[in-house]
Amino acid sequence: MAGKPKLHYTCGRGKMESIRWLLAAAGVEFEEQFIEKNEHLEKLRKDGDLLFQQVPMVEIDGMKMVQTRAILSYIAGKYNLYGKDLKERAWIDMYVEGTTDLMGMIMQLPLQSAEMREKNLALIIERAKTRYFPVYEKALKDHGHDYLVGNKFSWADIHLLEAILMVEECKPDILSAFPQLQAFKGRISNIPTIKKFLQPGSQRKPPADDKYIANVRKIFNI
Amino acid sequence: MSGKPRLTYINGRGRMEPIRWLLAAAGVEFEENFVETKEQLEKLIKGGDLLFQQVPMVEIDGMKMVQTRAILCYIAGKYNLYGKDLKERALIDMYVEGITDLMQMVMMFPFSPAEAKAKNLASIEEKATKRYFPVFEKILKQHGQDFLVGNRLSWADVQLLEAILAVEEKVPAVLSGFPQLQAFKTKMSNVPTIKKFLQPGSARKPPPDEKYVALVMSIFNLS
Repeated sequence: MAGKPKLHYTCGRGKMESIRWLLAAAGVEFEEQFIEKNEHLEKLRKDGDLLFQQVPMVEIDGMKMVQTRAILSYIAGKYNLYGKDLKERAWIDMYVEGTTDLMGMIMQLPLQSAEMREKNLALIIERAKTRYFPVYEKALKDHGHDYLVGNKFSWADIHLLEAILMVEECKPDILSAFPQLQAFKGRISNIPTIKKFLQPGSQRKPPADDKYIANVRKIFNI
Repeated sequence: MSGKPRLTYINGRGRMEPIRWLLAAAGVEFEENFVETKEQLEKLIKGGDLLFQQVPMVEIDGMKMVQTRAILCYIAGKYNLYGKDLKERALIDMYVEGITDLMQMVMMFPFSPAEAKAKNLASIEEKATKRYFPVFEKILKQHGQDFLVGNRLSWADVQLLEAILAVEEKVPAVLSGFPQLQAFKTKMSNVPTIKKFLQPGSARKPPPDEKYVALVMSIFNLS
């Protein structure tokens, strides 16, 4: 019998990847049940396992949780990655919402036409450089701590590392003007649980390729 | 000097409206600073008041908070509308996220091109009646309590009432198959702070009209 959380999603990043990151960073082992065909999704729906008929869905602590943010908030709260009080939580929430917006843009790319993809890729790079990364660069510079909030490792740090790596996949030298973020990336990548997650063979998923996208379209009818 | 929260946004619903609802339901008085021109928005951005160069922005407890969800979570936590423990919070979060997805469709509707409006309206009605409302109808029926979570008023109840009223503005008979939600709507509307917010002259904003859409387009440089 496993008390481990069980993740239901396609075998790819999508909206589940941030959840994989957070569980891994918290040192929590988890199982995955991959949706490979539309029939799998329909069965979950028919069985009443998906509150709003959607995945991600995570079985955890007797609940069938849905809605990415709800799942992430629960995990962060449970494993003490959500600050020590309401104000620290507010800062973590603000930072995470920012990286969510940035990663959300990147997540859409594979589903777009070649023309839209090119335009949006340029927008992503611009936003990363002028709207998002400067905020985290400044936060780290201003307080001089290793972590974004409360001088303690939190969900915000994990989410930022995930975002940095994702943007680097779009533009490898994106951090060239952000020395604090470069140092941050080095530090957080060396945290043992995260280091393990970054190694080959972990449950971290690769970027979407054409084959994956074609299958996603079939499964979700898009 | 006021200790009241100060909301910076356009004079309309948009992404600020759930925040107005939640503060009002919690009985918290607030001030509003309306962004009326592009230049005003640019000035706010240049002044460094907007963490990610965006509104909504709410000055509260010494912070200039941005990001709608972060602001709502803070208010809910501060005013005890977020459940009594992690599990209740999980339920509230799930329900709120679902409702937010529905409200997103309603929020974007006025901005859809004329030829897409009929389709989008049908989509709102379908999602409301087949995906979202049945969930809350079932929850209320199963536990028989007045509120969605923990037998107590929470953020989820406020958000659900807001969504019901917003969808009803577009689809007047939308609750016809949902007796629990009809009763919920009545009960919630009679909670004193909410009743007050529903009266004319409150900070509640009217449904978006063409003038509002044009204003948003001009301020945010949308085409």
